[in-house]
Amino acid sequence: MNEGRIVKISGPLVVAEGMTDAKMFDVVRVSEKGLIGEIIELRGDRASIQVYEETGGLGPGEPVLSTGQTLSVELAPGMIESIYDGIQRPLTVIREKVGDYIVRGVHVPAIDRDKKWPFTPTAKPGDIVGPGDLLGVIEETVLVAHRIMVPPGIEGKIVELNEGKFTVEESIGRIETGEGVKDICMLQRWPVRRPRPFKKKLPPVEPLITGQRVIDAFFPVSKGGTACIPGPFGSGKTVIQHQLAKWADADIVIFIGCGERGNEMTNVLMEFPELKDPRSGEPLMKRTVMVANTSNMPVAAREASVYTGITIGEYFRDMGYRVAVMADSTSRWAEAMREISGRLEEMPGEEGYPAYLGTRIAEFYERAGKVICLGSDQREGAMTVIGSVSPPGGDLSDPVVQATLRVARVFWSLEDLLAFQRHFPAISWLNSYSLYLDELEEYLKREVDERMPEERRRAMRLLQQEADLQDVVKLIGVDALSPENRLILITARSIREDFLHQIAFDEVDTYTSLKKQFKLLNIILVMHDAAREALTHGAPIDKLQGLRVREEIARAKYTPESRVTEIDRIKEKIEAEIEELLKTEEIDA
Amino acid sequence: MLKEYLTIKDIIGPLVLVEEVEGARYEELVELELANGETRQGKVLVVETGRALVQLFEGSTGVDVSRSRVRFLGRGIELGVSPDMLGRIFDGLGRPQDEGPRILPEKRVDINGSPINPYARNYPSEFIQTGVSSIDGLNTLVRGQKLPIFSGSGLPHNRLAAQIARQAKVLGVEEEFAVVFGAMGITFEEANYFTDEFRRTGALARAVLFLNLANDPAIERIATPRMALTTAEYLAFDLGMHVLVILTDMTNYCEALREISAARKEIPGRRGFPGYLYTDLATIYERAGRIKDKKGSITQIPVLTMPDDDKTHPIPDLTGYITEGQIVLNRQLHKKGIQPPVDVLPSLSRLKDKGIGEGKTREDQADLFNQLFAAYARGKEAQELAVILGETALSEIDRLYYNFADTFEQRYVSQGEDEDRSIEQTLELGWELLAVLPTSELKRVRQVWLDKYLSKYRKEDSATPQKDGI
Repeated sequence: MNEGRIVKISGPLVVAEGMTDAKMFDVVRVSEKGLIGEIIELRGDRASIQVYEETGGLGPGEPVLSTGQTLSVELAPGMIESIYDGIQRPLTVIREKVGDYIVRGVHVPAIDRDKKWPFTPTAKPGDIVGPGDLLGVIEETVLVAHRIMVPPGIEGKIVELNEGKFTVEESIGRIETGEGVKDICMLQRWPVRRPRPFKKKLPPVEPLITGQRVIDAFFPVSKGGTACIPGPFGSGKTVIQHQLAKWADADIVIFIGCGERGNEMTNVLMEFPELKDPRSGEPLMKRTVMVANTSNMPVAAREASVYTGITIGEYFRDMGYRVAVMADSTSRWAEAMREISGRLEEMPGEEGYPAYLGTRIAEFYERAGKVICLGSDQREGAMTVIGSVSPPGGDLSDPVVQATLRVARVFWSLEDLLAFQRHFPAISWLNSYSLYLDELEEYLKREVDERMPEERRRAMRLLQQEADLQDVVKLIGVDALSPENRLILITARSIREDFLHQIAFDEVDTYTSLKKQFKLLNIILVMHDAAREALTHGAPIDKLQGLRVREEIARAKYTPESRVTEIDRIKEKIEAEIEELLKTEEIDA
Repeated sequence: MLKEYLTIKDIIGPLVLVEEVEGARYEELVELELANGETRQGKVLVVETGRALVQLFEGSTGVDVSRSRVRFLGRGIELGVSPDMLGRIFDGLGRPQDEGPRILPEKRVDINGSPINPYARNYPSEFIQTGVSSIDGLNTLVRGQKLPIFSGSGLPHNRLAAQIARQAKVLGVEEEFAVVFGAMGITFEEANYFTDEFRRTGALARAVLFLNLANDPAIERIATPRMALTTAEYLAFDLGMHVLVILTDMTNYCEALREISAARKEIPGRRGFPGYLYTDLATIYERAGRIKDKKGSITQIPVLTMPDDDKTHPIPDLTGYITEGQIVLNRQLHKKGIQPPVDVLPSLSRLKDKGIGEGKTREDQADLFNQLFAAYARGKEAQELAVILGETALSEIDRLYYNFADTFEQRYVSQGEDEDRSIEQTLELGWELLAVLPTSELKRVRQVWLDKYLSKYRKEDSATPQKDGI
């Protein structure tokens, strides 16, 4: 490989000459310090390189060496519970090696080379296998059985497959292929910018259950779907991302902290080992992989971090798992693209972003999906991608938001006005949408309650009516409304405060099962119907508003999951109180 | 002997292009000697084979093409740090400004610092009592947090910052603390206010001041916050102190950054600010925090004035995306005589949940502040409604909220510069104010806390919650 020489340095962009053999997107080592970079432009033998580490102190004339490989991740047992930087260097190992600060030029392998994993084969010698076929399994954590698959490009007959303890680079067996017998080890590499192959994409028809009422009941995302969360700062994007990472019923969670706060990653690191998965009772960390490029870490690595994360996600999807990838925030990724593009002196598109912004975003979200994986067993895997977007000033006409909305099928619109009122999650019920509603209806009817989709529609209608009525109230006051309309306002407020409002920091309220969600929504609507009925019998609206049972409805969400049936009992109280009210009213009359 | 270059080709704004250069390095410190012997400092912005683009910190006035000499010093911009810096005043580039002796550095540190490994961070969770109700009660500050003050020109942000610096303490412990103050482009009077405050309260002995005033070179401001934070890191993580860093005014800093970007003819982002403003600000704000197994901490309070009080302006906007919340000051409140004029609704402390509750402040605080926020928001809504419809058109309950919002501003938010409220006082005041609302409205508070804390503020007639109110 030819050695090039640096001729120019400007921020994270380095230009080198004499790179005759280099290919686009090759990984290079810059200067004696061996900083990692990637070729992003070639003109003759001049290569423009984005460098993933700080470039201070570099000078012209220093060497640049191409590795001949594109930017890849290492895939093998040992990834779960790790925290990586944007180019898959484990931050734990970096700390052991160089201390509390990240210095540059540290070279650490992504996967521990010395650890021995107990491998149990599930295939046997003589089997004919192709890419994606399962060879065996490793208990990586109590929650994750790491399935070892035949690497891409290898096809043939298993000659040998051994049980025992192996490091990721040791041979676990041999496969006789068309080009001779090949040793198989657990470690695979995959270039991050290329989607991993699968057999077929399927329509996503199962919801990703998150335990967040406004999401599951009103704007659900499916397993294998895509969602975006745009919102101004302080509207709670990160809290929602954390809530989803905690409670979503995925087998694997990949959390990409892209250009966000260091303390947020620390929070996840400290909280997840303590939190228990509501289904298995095991610490949530045992199914989580983190990729962290905090806002003060080198900007070029930010661009790589989302690809690193999603490629790891695809690898677990290929094993047949349901993966959720959270990227917080994709705006920082787009800004990193913009910065590099600016330094390359490319012609800018909207707001200075490169013209290929939309393409890159679409490519990223299209990597989500429910698929039939490679391999002969027809197993299904799904990867859900949820990206938050941080538009400047909360302005949704921002190019990143717009490009994302074109491809993501769920839109959770965060509003700072709601956040100011401390209505969390601050997801606007009027502006948000989910395009999966119809596809998921079957599931909800089957698994939760026949009436669920209809109750949802009624609740949405009430909220929409409330918004219209509010405009009237602003002009003429609430007293001018008819009792029926005032009841709509009362019920809509109850839906907002007693159902949609959910406190992430309350032990009970932080997660609500679908069954409980249905009961909560149902009770509010039962109350509404009963009150409307009472109105026709002449009950005054003020009295109906002041019923004691409303307090119980308000507190119903704090009922623990083990006692959800108690919620149904409120119905009897509603009946009793209304009956009593009507009685006293008759006497008064 | 360092090589001297007489090969300046272009001078554009604060930028100088030097040719026929050998061995210059990116971000290297540069010294430029004028014909009259005066020296200026700068750093390398872009380096190509044989050419280097240098940014001068003190501007290019008086620099000429033919006689000025350029030396490349072979190292980045460093600051010599030492415990003797406490009690001293420096200029924006770290040169002593007071009459004190020269600082003999213990070590020299690159002012750009290095990113803290997220894995090495310790999550901020220690409650800092600032004695200001609107902060302690609603937007709690914790050690290691970065909580900016979003202000506007003419608002008393400096008074609030000084009050916090004066009153801040961690309950129940006596530990070594220090204040590092970085001034960027503020006026002499403002700087004087701080130095006088520090002197008056005896805080100066525990403080390090870096002053770049309005008439100092704008470009020097790029280095000032980094000087301050480098000192803070030394005090916190080498000497184990708890450091409060006040940076004022970040708006001036950002404008200096824009000036350089424009001189480099970069493609501008929003409002002419460079596309990398976010990253650049992050390298300042992210230097707050705590590190595992280290005693000290860095808490940052950057102050910025929002141009035209516009929160969506790129400077407050990008700051808000990096910092852990914001304290927003409001002009209407200021005119109403509320001091400090903290607008609590858009204010936020993201880290408060870890710093409050049992064992930190008090068990009821989380519910209490949620309720206060909700009630105040409703009250503000009622007030808006009343503007259109007239007060008489409000329902009984809305009128209660209407009045609540007023008393809340006058008694809870407003407290004056010298009042140092304990967290107990703040919490009790919250309950006292809530007592005017009927129980059925207090949905955000658990029953236990209502019984325990609210009952003593209830008048007898509110025993039956149904009757008051509706």
